[in-house]
Amino acid sequence: MSATAIGAVGPSKDQRVSKSLGRRRKLSNRIVSVLCVLATVIGLVFLASILFTLFWLGFNGLSLTVFTTSTLPPGSNGGLLNAMIGLMVGTYLAEYAQGSAVGNAVRFVSDVLLSAPSILIGLFVYELMVSPWGAFSGLAGSVALAVIVIPIVVRTTEDMLRLIPVSLREAAVALGAPKWLVITKICYRAAKDGIMTGILLAVARIAGETAPLLFTSLGNLNWSLNLGKPMASLPVTIYQYAGSAFQDWVQLAWAGALLITVGVLALNILARLLLRGGK
Amino acid sequence: MGTTTMNETNQAQASFGGVAARSAAALNQSRISIRNLDFYYGSNKALKGINLDIPDRQVTGMIGPSGCGKSTLLRVLNRMYDLYPGQRATGEAILDGQNIVGKDTDLNALRARIGMVFQKPTPFPMTIYDNIAFGVRLHERLNKAEMDERVEWSISRAALWTEVKDRLNTSAMGLSGGQQQRLCIARTIAVRPDVILFDEPTSALDPISTLKIEELIDELKSDFTIVIVTHNMQQAARCADQVAFFYIGELVEVGPAAQMFTAPKERRTQEYITGRFG
Repeated sequence: MSATAIGAVGPSKDQRVSKSLGRRRKLSNRIVSVLCVLATVIGLVFLASILFTLFWLGFNGLSLTVFTTSTLPPGSNGGLLNAMIGLMVGTYLAEYAQGSAVGNAVRFVSDVLLSAPSILIGLFVYELMVSPWGAFSGLAGSVALAVIVIPIVVRTTEDMLRLIPVSLREAAVALGAPKWLVITKICYRAAKDGIMTGILLAVARIAGETAPLLFTSLGNLNWSLNLGKPMASLPVTIYQYAGSAFQDWVQLAWAGALLITVGVLALNILARLLLRGGK
Repeated sequence: MGTTTMNETNQAQASFGGVAARSAAALNQSRISIRNLDFYYGSNKALKGINLDIPDRQVTGMIGPSGCGKSTLLRVLNRMYDLYPGQRATGEAILDGQNIVGKDTDLNALRARIGMVFQKPTPFPMTIYDNIAFGVRLHERLNKAEMDERVEWSISRAALWTEVKDRLNTSAMGLSGGQQQRLCIARTIAVRPDVILFDEPTSALDPISTLKIEELIDELKSDFTIVIVTHNMQQAARCADQVAFFYIGELVEVGPAAQMFTAPKERRTQEYITGRFG
């Protein structure tokens, strides 16, 4: 008897015990999955309602004149140079500063910057560039946005470089490659996807930043490409127009919001396509 | 020698069957001479007074239980330990009159002369062609035709040419594990080193790929001095001309492969190869 019974029901001693255990497990499994689905639905409903409102009101405000008449130049610029700085700092942290005091300090500061409210950064650049020169400028706006980019890129670069297996580095070193070549030719290539994603996420984030621009580039009702003067940007324009009493301005704000959303979405899709194409 | 030991020796001999046929004769003259070599991980002494001659253009197999120091010794020979602060070696490992572990060794030049193949295949995330060319470009300036020739030569020597010759410009990540490992061997010989270190090169591979790598090692020793660390004693018996047995940081015994597997002098060696421990 014993041999066949063990073969059939496994190690369980009593059929009733295993049955009640099975019921309990099935029940808790069902409860947890219902909760998960519920949470997902709640999240999606809010997201969808935001998007829906945006598209509904944004399309109504959208017309060809939105693009052609003044007060709608694209705003954020200057972020990519700082992505390079962020890339280098991240590399330094992951490759050269393992366990060193300077490295830990840099990492700490970068993490603080990462979680600092962006309006603080606006204030900082205001003190640094606007108040000494006595004028708001597009340049100050770009600097503020650029400062936001740095810690994001630092973080992702460092994390991605750390994910590269030791064996890959050792293999390159064993061929007689100096450290800088191992980093630039092997590690960057292996971590390319992650680093690019980090940079694009950072760019996408500053594309929607409003607070740091309030104190710096201020906003301009007229078309201006002069970086030394106040400059318009979509987020600030939305902020100003949405709060105004004129119905058509509010409408324009909605259109602007739609444009930003679509822009960021396009950036993300582009990033994915590029990364897939590179493989 | 008592009767029991004789029996055990015969068993060992039997289990290594055809291998014992490998000539016990003449090891070539030494290419690397290791003298009084100590190695430390921090304050922990991992190798104790190693003395070992590695014969030119023959295969030296290093065996021993895990943690006995055989991989450590391998990583001393190409100074891989320099990557990690806190690890250091004292003593001598002389290659052509120069002390490898000396302070003024040019590490990149040394690693061009002493190549290494690792446990897991580690293809670089680039094309098959560039995997080979990467190492060559570090040390030599070749024009396109010369580089093409070098790539074909090294991949052919690694017995991989017929499998990849039509897809040299595709990613090396698409190769199978065994092919990747042979690519890593090709990459190493492309730099034209004098010595190749193999650190358990087949432990991540299936039996057929393993066989191919072993045949390759046998083939390569006509041109290269080879050191191989292995956990697999049959593999050591199949590949090695000289076998060194390590135990807890010491070199217990070294000798021609046939002698080590049939008539070891040390009791610990005998116990290890007959499977008493390890």
